[in-house]
Formats: sequence, structure tokens, C-alpha cells
Amino acid sequence: MLSFRIAVRFLKSGKTQTILIVVGIAIAISIQVFVGLLLGSLQKSLVNQTIGNSPQITVTSATDIGSIRDWENIVESIEQLGLTRVVSVSASANAFVRDKNANLPVLVRGFDFEEADRIYDINSRIYEGGLYQSRREVLVGQDLSEELEISVGDKLSVLSPNDSVNTFTISGFYDLGIASINKSWIIADRRTVQQLFGFDRRITSIEMTVDDVFAADSIAYEIEQRLNNEDIKVENWKEQNEDLLSGLSGQQTSSTIIQAVIILSVVIAIASVLAISVLQKSRQIGILKAMGIKDLAASLIFIYQGFLIGLAGSILGVALGLGLLYAFNIFTTNPDGTALIDLYIEYEFVLRSWLIAVLASTLAGVIPARKSLQLDPIEVIREG
Amino acid sequence: MGNVIELKNVDKVYSGLIDTQVLFGIDLSFEEGSFNSLVGESGSGKSTLLNIMGTLDKPTRGELLIAGKRTNDLSKNKLSELRNSTIGFIFQFHYLLPEFSAVENVLIPYLIGRKGADRSSEKRADELFDILGISSVKNNPANKMSGGQQQRTSIARALINNPKIILADEPTGNLDSENTATIYKIFREINQRYGTTFIIVTHDRRIAEETDRIVEIKDGRIVVEIKK
Repeated sequence: MLSFRIAVRFLKSGKTQTILIVVGIAIAISIQVFVGLLLGSLQKSLVNQTIGNSPQITVTSATDIGSIRDWENIVESIEQLGLTRVVSVSASANAFVRDKNANLPVLVRGFDFEEADRIYDINSRIYEGGLYQSRREVLVGQDLSEELEISVGDKLSVLSPNDSVNTFTISGFYDLGIASINKSWIIADRRTVQQLFGFDRRITSIEMTVDDVFAADSIAYEIEQRLNNEDIKVENWKEQNEDLLSGLSGQQTSSTIIQAVIILSVVIAIASVLAISVLQKSRQIGILKAMGIKDLAASLIFIYQGFLIGLAGSILGVALGLGLLYAFNIFTTNPDGTALIDLYIEYEFVLRSWLIAVLASTLAGVIPARKSLQLDPIEVIREG
Repeated sequence: MGNVIELKNVDKVYSGLIDTQVLFGIDLSFEEGSFNSLVGESGSGKSTLLNIMGTLDKPTRGELLIAGKRTNDLSKNKLSELRNSTIGFIFQFHYLLPEFSAVENVLIPYLIGRKGADRSSEKRADELFDILGISSVKNNPANKMSGGQQQRTSIARALINNPKIILADEPTGNLDSENTATIYKIFREINQRYGTTFIIVTHDRRIAEETDRIVEIKDGRIVVEIKK
């Protein structure tokens, strides 16, 4: 197509100008990709740290008893909805363990281990000993074990609020990465806890994870509607982490603003360079029009130029942005040598940024293209 | 032979702070295959008349017919198509696109009307380069040729679509006398070989004397018509 060929030749004829604008756009897009991916990674790791290995929706009793009787039906109803990834029931109760001279408060959590492990990732984080094998064994967290100065295989006495004392063998130690949990949770089989605290068959909570953590509130709402049971309440992590969420949304907004400003500057840069190009090439456009090129084809020359500049600049920019990100990850580390931020390369974001850049550049060509419409061949011929 | 261009009572007024009328009631026609010159002092309106005949400019009043077709009401796109297929322009300056080679420049009017060059258009370009004696510089970049070669390339470009009409505005104004003589010889040859109608604007009487019909224009009016 002639317009495309002319566009390519025009770009080639002003090599320095073309290279400068392409590099300029590449830098702008690289910053966009870099900042976008960095903030995205930061967000993801923040969310992961906060709710990664914990339930995002929890069903508990709303009654004074604090436990749920008919939980099998509730679990079945929730699973039928198909909105959750893991559904795990737990029977938990407050208790004390005996230290040398005081009683320490603990939370004895009784899990169906297979499901709970999919939420809390317990198994891989048992760093000493192993999982409990019987109803007389429990897991103890790192901080509590240090405070009690106990070892695997030791006996541990647990006092329930009704003053009964039960003694367990410590099967292993876990480290879930959160000090408050490591210090207070004693993990055991659900039936152990049900028996110990007289829950009979009742449980205290149903915990769930979902695929899209940010949809936890709407999924929680649907579950609530489905269960339609006043004796229970459905909570989700978003209600409990409003500060984090407003921080994240602030970050998201600033990231969006940065990206919009960058795209705007790309559009302005391309439009102004091509506007100058219309002036520089007015002779050529004038003579092409005299020879019968139609207005649309003449304008396409500038739109193609915008497209080509944007295409080259954005491909280069994406490559540069990813390079910057890897370099950042290599050179900024924690004191222990691990990366400061876990990188999550969102390819969808990269692709979207690239497409927007190409589209915006092409649209930027419309401004000079419109200018070219006003070029009258007679003016050019008269001026000689 | 029929008329390939007909102007009927054409006025041209440039409006601005003060309206300036440059053409007054021009009635003029050119026969197909004829070889004409349009002479006059500078500012007489001859270039304006040529631009109107080339549909680059519009008459304020009156009619223009090209190959029997009234052009007044044609859209911008239709006029572009008409120019592309029927009219070849040669200007005082060559206006070649410096971004393209000589042969690419010559093929541009062909490509404007079509999707791509084919063998017949390339053959025609070769033939024209032969006639114009510039085959040796055919692949040169447009700005790496002598002035005479550039102007000849622009002539080849005007002829590539085998137009009915060639409108030439001081086509040898920038050339020395030797080149000028050669160019007019070539014009004649093309006129005879392809039956192309030539209308050449010049202020040089001696050049005009070489054409078959001289139309003289003065202050926007046709004052003398000499037909040999």
C-alpha cells in the first residue's frame, strides 16, 4: 500500500528524528511497565503476606453457644455454590498450658488436616518432628516451644476452661511465619478438640479460601444469602483489613495516574513530532495531492507513522521495562540476600500496556493527519 | 477531434480583505492531441488558469469540462481520481519525493490509483526513461541527479498513467538552453507518439513559437489567439 510505503520512507529519511522519538517513547513505556509491574508485585506480596495462608471467608456461630451443630449441611450448601476453593471446618477453643510458674493462654485448633493444610500450608512448615498421628498428639508453634523450652516428644498439659487437664505428646513444631500464631496455636485433630472441650459433634468455624481474593466480599454475601441462617455469621478478610485495602486502592490509583500521564506524554510527543513532519513534508504531500492522492490516503501516511513509531517504541519500552525490573530485583536485596520484592510478572498487564501504547500512538497520528487535510497543493506549487 | 478541455465563461476571484479578480469570462477550449502554449506576463493569470484546468483550483463562476465531463460539482475524491487518470502535471520545480528513487517517483501516480505496480507499469516506466534518455539514473535517489535529469524524471512521472492532458507550468524555467531544447523536442515526440494534449505555460515567446497554438492572456483576459 502506497501510504504505508511513503510512511516508512518518511521515517527513514529523518533517521535522527525517528530514532530520538522512538527512544523517547521506549523510555516512557519502560517506566510505565516498570512502575506498573513493581507496584503490582508489591500489592500481591502485601496481600499474600496478609491473607495468603489464611482463610478469606469464615463462617462462625452468631449465637451465645459459639458453636455450630448442623455443619455438614452448611458445608454441603457452600460447596454446591462452587465459588470456593477450599472449605475446612475447625473446632477451636481457648485453653491454657502450664509454664514453669504461670499459665499461658493458647488457642487449641482442631482441624480436618487435609483441608486445613490447603489453607494454612501447615505440613510443609513443620520444621521439626512430624504431624500428629493420634488423638494424644499435638503440634506446637515455634514461639511457644521456645517460651516453654520444650522438645519434640515432650509432654504438654493443656487446661480447659472447665479445669480439666489433658496431657498430650508433642509430635512436632511448626512455623507459620506469623509470631502471634506461632505463640498461641496448638494444632490437633478436630475430634481431639471436640472430645476435650465437650463440643460433641459441633464445630466452631468453617473456613474458606477463594480463587479471586478481592471477590471475597461478594462471595461471602452470596454464601450468606444461600445459607439464610440467623444463627451463623459470614465474615470475609476485606471487612477485617480495611486499612490495608484503602492503602492498596490508593496505590492502585497512583499507579493508574502514573500510567495515564505517561500515555498522555507519549501521545503528545508523537503528535508534536508528526505535526512538525507534516510541515517538513508539506511539499511532498502537496505534490502527491496534485497527482491525485486522496485525502484519506494522505492522512494515512501520518497515522501509519504514528503506528510504526508506537510499535517500535513500545516493543523496545516493554523490553527495557522488564530489564529494569529484573535489574532492580537483582540489585535491591534484603540484608540476607533475598530479593526485596517477590516479582509477579503480570503478562496481561504487559500486553495491555503494549497494546494501549500502540493504539495511543496510532491515534496520536490523527492530529497531524488532520493537519495534512488542510494542505492545498496550490499553496505548495505557488511557493515553489 | 473533440475538445479535451473546455472553459465556459470562467471568472476567478480571490477573496480577502480586498477581492481580487484575476480571470474575466474566459472561454477557451483545447482539442485532443493538440500542442498549445499559454503566454503572458507574470501576474497575467496564466498560472491560475492552468491550475483551474488542472482542477487544483476552482473557478468562482463558469464551467470547466474535462474530456466532456463537467467538473464543477465533482467531489474532492472524484477530482483526485480525475487528475490521477487524465492529467499529468509538470512544474517549474520537479517536486520529486527525495525519499524515493527516480523510478519509484515515476511509479507513484500509478500506485495512487492502484494496489501495487505490475509488469506493464514497470515496462512503461522503462520505455519513458528510454525516451527521456535517463535510463542510466533510473535507480538513483531523486536528490542524487542533475537538474535536467530531475526534470525529465518529473516528466516521466507526469506521463506514467498515459494521461490525455499534460499541463506544464514553465517546465524549463530552471534549465539551461540545451536542456530546454531537448525537453521541447521530447514533448513534441510524446505528443505525436501518444496523442497527448499539451498546454505549456511560458513567458518565453521563442518557446511559444514552437507550439501549434499560442493563447496570450493579459490582465485575466484572452487577448490574442494564434493558430498555425
